[in-house]
Amino acid sequence: MRFIPHTEADVAAMLQTLGVAHIDDLIAHVPENLRNSAAIKLAAGRTEAEVAAEVSALAAGNRGAAGFISFLGGGYYRHYVPAAVRAITARAEFATSYTPYQPEVSQGTTQAIFEFQTLIAQLTGLDVANASMYDGASAAAEAILMAHRVLPKRHVVAISRALWPDYRATIRTYLSALGTLKLVEVPLESASGMIDLSALEGLANDELLCTVTGYPNAFGVIEPLGQIADMTHRAGALAIAVTAEPLALGLLKPPGALGADIAVGEGQSFGMPLQFGGPGLGFIAGRTAHVRQMPGRLVGQTRDSAGRRAYCLTLATREQHIRRERATSNICTNHSLCALAATAYLSLMGRQGLRELAARNVELAHQAQKALEGAGMRRRFSGQYFNEFVVAVDNPEAMLEVAEKHGVLAGLALDRDYPDLGGALLISVTEMNTPGEIERLCDVLAGGR
Amino acid sequence: MAVTDKAGAVAASAAERPDHTDNRVPLIFEESSPGRRGVDAKGGAASEERAIAILGDELCRSEIEGFPELSEPQVLRHFLRLSQLNFGQALQFYPLGSCTMKYNPVLNDEMAALPGFAGLHPSTPPRLAQGAIELMARMEAALAEISGMDAVSLAPAAGAQGELAGLLMIRAWEEHRGKVRRKVIIPDTAHGTNPASCTLAGFDVVVAPSGPRGYLEASAIRGLLSDDVAALMVTNPNTLGIFEPEIQEIAAALHERGAMLYLDGANMNALLGVAKPGDMGADIVHINLHKTFSTPHGGGGPGAGPVAVKRHLEPFLPYPRIVKRPASGTGDRGGQWEFDYDRPLSIGRLRSFHGNFGMLVRAYTYILAMGGDGLAAASRHAIMNAAYVRKRLEEHFPSATAEPTMHECVLTHDLDQRSGVSTLDIAKRLLDFGVHPPTIYFPLVVHGALMIEPTETESRETLESFIATMEQIYAEAIENPETVKAAPHALKLRRIDEVTAARRPILRWTREG
Repeated sequence: MRFIPHTEADVAAMLQTLGVAHIDDLIAHVPENLRNSAAIKLAAGRTEAEVAAEVSALAAGNRGAAGFISFLGGGYYRHYVPAAVRAITARAEFATSYTPYQPEVSQGTTQAIFEFQTLIAQLTGLDVANASMYDGASAAAEAILMAHRVLPKRHVVAISRALWPDYRATIRTYLSALGTLKLVEVPLESASGMIDLSALEGLANDELLCTVTGYPNAFGVIEPLGQIADMTHRAGALAIAVTAEPLALGLLKPPGALGADIAVGEGQSFGMPLQFGGPGLGFIAGRTAHVRQMPGRLVGQTRDSAGRRAYCLTLATREQHIRRERATSNICTNHSLCALAATAYLSLMGRQGLRELAARNVELAHQAQKALEGAGMRRRFSGQYFNEFVVAVDNPEAMLEVAEKHGVLAGLALDRDYPDLGGALLISVTEMNTPGEIERLCDVLAGGR
Repeated sequence: MAVTDKAGAVAASAAERPDHTDNRVPLIFEESSPGRRGVDAKGGAASEERAIAILGDELCRSEIEGFPELSEPQVLRHFLRLSQLNFGQALQFYPLGSCTMKYNPVLNDEMAALPGFAGLHPSTPPRLAQGAIELMARMEAALAEISGMDAVSLAPAAGAQGELAGLLMIRAWEEHRGKVRRKVIIPDTAHGTNPASCTLAGFDVVVAPSGPRGYLEASAIRGLLSDDVAALMVTNPNTLGIFEPEIQEIAAALHERGAMLYLDGANMNALLGVAKPGDMGADIVHINLHKTFSTPHGGGGPGAGPVAVKRHLEPFLPYPRIVKRPASGTGDRGGQWEFDYDRPLSIGRLRSFHGNFGMLVRAYTYILAMGGDGLAAASRHAIMNAAYVRKRLEEHFPSATAEPTMHECVLTHDLDQRSGVSTLDIAKRLLDFGVHPPTIYFPLVVHGALMIEPTETESRETLESFIATMEQIYAEAIENPETVKAAPHALKLRRIDEVTAARRPILRWTREG
């Protein structure tokens, strides 16, 4: 077997040292009935060429990965990944290293994480970010648990209904066992697609633990985060901002500057391929005063014994391997290599590149929306949006099928999760779409009505 | 300095902080120069003005304070130089116990990067993503066969999330039957994620002491059982690297009292074709694809932690589930793979979308390459390598247990008494020899533990070299303990002060420094 180096001679010599005749003698102490039924009934091992052919055939079975003009978004976004990002994350020194528990031989990883923490803090306008979480949805759930550690006496969690359905579902799962937190969904303002501020006002009392708002939200709409945070703070609670399209933060006011106490989100837009939804990158940022309540790993700056600047994991007494059942989270493995991809991506984009790319997304999305409006497709919500928007259509599923026949993945039907919207299609436009593709979208949707 | 062109700004800032000048790679922010760029964006600055006009000033920020500005070659050099400060499994022997730092086949990454996978949006209609869903279905089936379980969810992003899913399923199952038990028993040798997951799932932890021989005794577990115990969570082989010999008896005792056996599959690399968790009596097992199934550790992740269950727990698995629906029309002989969201008893969603799919592609590629026979050989060779290291080092680094070793061995030593050299010193000295240290001070029940997991992908020569190095360090520790206590010496950095980092945490760069 090509991944196992031992020759027969090696095995024979080692078994002799161990004083046994056969390699199976080393497992003779495992109960016999277990050994007798342990055979793995899978096909025998194959050559690399055979494996490559079989897996490639499965990849080829995904017709939706290529050959379609796509306007799919809704939590995962189509962005170009610069070749340099892949060149960096492919380095075996990064990819095949473990969690940097031995900082002297992990300065590549620890310094990159320190840079990642800084970049996320800069983007979100907050003091400190951690080394990564699994994804945006689980990061949002962990943010609520973090808020609860800061304000243990409060128990009402106000979640905007315009937070992505899978984020709300994940939050429900994470909070389900605790029994102490009460989830309340704050309704939409039907015209704007924003949170209903008067409904939120009704929850602003001393039971309120936190508010959880998409920024932009599941309809692409930019919520009035500043007003939400003010209202939250007047009740003495914490404001959590959730961003699934972090490219928006290149142009939009940072959540921290608007008053958010915790900003979480999904970082897939920053240099990760779509990969059918994972692995992406959860991020969480917060205020210095709350850092000891943060989940996950943190890298800090320190010195070596000769006084030189260095980086290592720190404040580990929050974590499961030290604190066990009293840890701030059970997270151990995180999404470190994805954080590295984001660090490389954001370093390449830089201040100007990120702003220009965000701007390009805004321009194209607004062009598409105007064009669709011109073709008679009304925008569903009046709230300002970043790079995705909702159009009102009678039968979105049927429309999507027609578009698909014409080679266009026109967007996502929101009916399953928001039946009360009465036919809504979420259309996402990024720099990967050309003006010609937008024209095509209008043609097929207008024709499909 | 990393910056050789127009180094003025960087050199000046370094001169203001002379204690930083000998750091070999400046922070990316310190290499920044206003106006540099690493990508060319279509539309450029004009686009920015137009977008701000569209959105309105009041929604927009004018600046991303402190964001770096570098050219593409600078960025590449920065990160490639950083990479050179790391040890990695592909380059160094990396015998970290319980982490299974085995070789990560390069084909895995190539397959995950195929455009048909990498370019597939998670909300693509299933009819256009049949290859991806079929791969997931095959992966579920393969893991069920390997673990001896009935149903598998690939959703968990990591082992700890698999644990959470498993514990929530136990809770949901009990709620469904009307009464929730509050306690979960965990041995004192358990990984920290086990008790932390219990807390998150709303259970109280009861710690079970290991028996005098390093494993759980059924009689002791029986003594802890009550009508309020929901489950026992146990890693097998345990963190001493020994097979739990009474596991079947323990499972029977649990089941008799209406409790479940949660098997932590972190050490699955010892079990392939050796013993199936399902046959041991496990109701739930999670499997770390980044350990046993060769997906890279990535400096801490991403991994994947599929969770496998027996039939009675299948309705409680996280959604969405993969199903094959017969085609509505005629002519489609096989039906179509889809995602089922209508799962009334499910514990719910664990995350967005369908799991860490890129990791599933890698692990599936590995399973195809190995085959059933290759997987069985892997565990046997992993066990032989660990037993060999233990045997060869037994004079100065005796095993913490007399029981036979599985895929890892836990060794101890007397150097702290003999010469004041600690396990941490030994670990740091190993770095000088180009070896990543074993896991140290774990499990907590072993004094000065060195937990060594060589894995099956290391050659005899590598093992011999490691053994010789350990012996050399032992001799040094007796003759010249200061050399060991002051290690490392051969790296560009000396020992790093982790205590100071925690005392006054600096968690980000700022312009002010």
